Amino acid sequence: MFDLRRFKDNIACITPSGEHLPYGGLQELSESIRSRLEPHRLVFCLCGNTIESLAGYVSFVDNDDATLMLDSHMEPAAFRTLFDTYRPRYVWAPEAFAVPDGAESVLAENGYVLWEFAANDTPVNENLSVLLTTSGSTGSPKLVRLSKMNLESNARSIAEYLHITSDERPVTGLPMYYSFGLSVVNSHLLMGATLLLTPASYIEREFWQFANDNGFTSFSGVPYTYEIMKKLKLWKLPMPTLRTLTQAGGKLSNELLQFFIEKYEPQGVKFYLMYGQTEATARMSYLDPAYGVTKLGSIGKGIPGGTLSLVDDEGRVIEEADNVGELVYEGPNVSLGYAECAADLMKGDENRGVLHTGDLAYRDEDGFYFIAGRKKRFLKLFGNRVSLDYVEHLLKDRLKECACVGDDSRLIVYTTDTDHNDEEIIDFLVRRTKIVRTVFSIRHIDRLPRSETGKILYKALSVD
Amino acid sequence: MTNLEKYNDIFMKMFNVPEEELESLAYKGTAEWNSMAQIALVSEIEEAFDLDFDTEDIFELKSYAIGKEMLAGKFGVSF
Repeated sequence: MFDLRRFKDNIACITPSGEHLPYGGLQELSESIRSRLEPHRLVFCLCGNTIESLAGYVSFVDNDDATLMLDSHMEPAAFRTLFDTYRPRYVWAPEAFAVPDGAESVLAENGYVLWEFAANDTPVNENLSVLLTTSGSTGSPKLVRLSKMNLESNARSIAEYLHITSDERPVTGLPMYYSFGLSVVNSHLLMGATLLLTPASYIEREFWQFANDNGFTSFSGVPYTYEIMKKLKLWKLPMPTLRTLTQAGGKLSNELLQFFIEKYEPQGVKFYLMYGQTEATARMSYLDPAYGVTKLGSIGKGIPGGTLSLVDDEGRVIEEADNVGELVYEGPNVSLGYAECAADLMKGDENRGVLHTGDLAYRDEDGFYFIAGRKKRFLKLFGNRVSLDYVEHLLKDRLKECACVGDDSRLIVYTTDTDHNDEEIIDFLVRRTKIVRTVFSIRHIDRLPRSETGKILYKALSVD
Repeated sequence: MTNLEKYNDIFMKMFNVPEEELESLAYKGTAEWNSMAQIALVSEIEEAFDLDFDTEDIFELKSYAIGKEMLAGKFGVSF
């Protein structure tokens, strides 16, 4: 997928230590990793925004392996669950990362180690290329299965509408194990552009210093990122080389959107509001910045090569303007399906290019789409998509009965269980979700409200 | 509540630590003080002391001790 040779003299990435790695050098590094790999094996790639993570990822994809992208700082218990569920042949991780017994180190490269688990022989479908987790940092073993065609078609489409050329220099504000962050990497590597790779966070001075010193041209964030940028008053920071801001990963309030457009457009910076899901590799739609103000808050129209439509509860296509229905996307970037156990990795294409997004939306008379809400039970806590059902699932071992509700600033666990320690439950949730403790609370209740069929009536549980 | 109690209380609640461990708390020094907690912390301090931090202050606030110094110095909070 990556034609590194074509751009061999371009700089592929720059790091805070001043390293400038050309595409030719990335190719050499990748070849040394590939020499240790067999194709069509399952790999766990523990990522940070570093050259080694990038080189590992490129090698595994080009070697036709199936790679699960994970956070190199993930919780050991969550890693263990995934490891035991899927049994990877290889693990590519920082040397400080503790891997399970039974591994042989087959390559060490600049602080990264390639571990081989010869006993693990999980077969994978020949079209399977990348696996991504669905609920961000919560570590659910449910994965999205992506093919090389998914990755490449989405990256090309993004490169087309964002007009990405080899002159671009995005600074990595997002992790590459997250679909949006990975799409930034893919769309720029395909065009021979230069990634500014930094493990620093955009809330740190070092991040912006590094970005400015290396002439960054674009920055990408989720709604939470922009909330923080406003809070930090980052628009006051001179960013003379910035040309493009992109936002996806949830709905940014119209107020904030307007704020950023007004701050940055006079400086010649284009703000792209985009929409997508991991289930569609990353991107499904974008709003042309020319309509940023007149269609404020719209997710725009389908990306090149993709089509959006709306269906009602009976599955009928909605043709009229301003009628809410479920948003459906068709395109070559629609994932193959999910995996929940090792056997699922052999499955073929279950979606066949059509994705029912679970988002409710409407279309105005000019054909612009607007998100109206979510069909499923998810919260966005500090920018992390958290499935309430999944948190309930996590708590099953610890609480006899519970129901989780919340809004985008808190998560409340209602429980009838009296035989537990609230602090321990909160400690557990903080560890597993990596979300700040103050969002969690536990409330005791005599009985959970249920319907006649036994379903929990979440609406009867207060979030105030 | 004194200003010191108010300040300590924010950190103790946020990171679930006893008072004697406060002095050693620092950004990235514990798994719980990550970038997300940094922002939550800044908001809580701003609210409790009715302040408005600037970008540089937020960049600077990297530990319990630095925060205390900053509040006492730049913002004139008496501890």
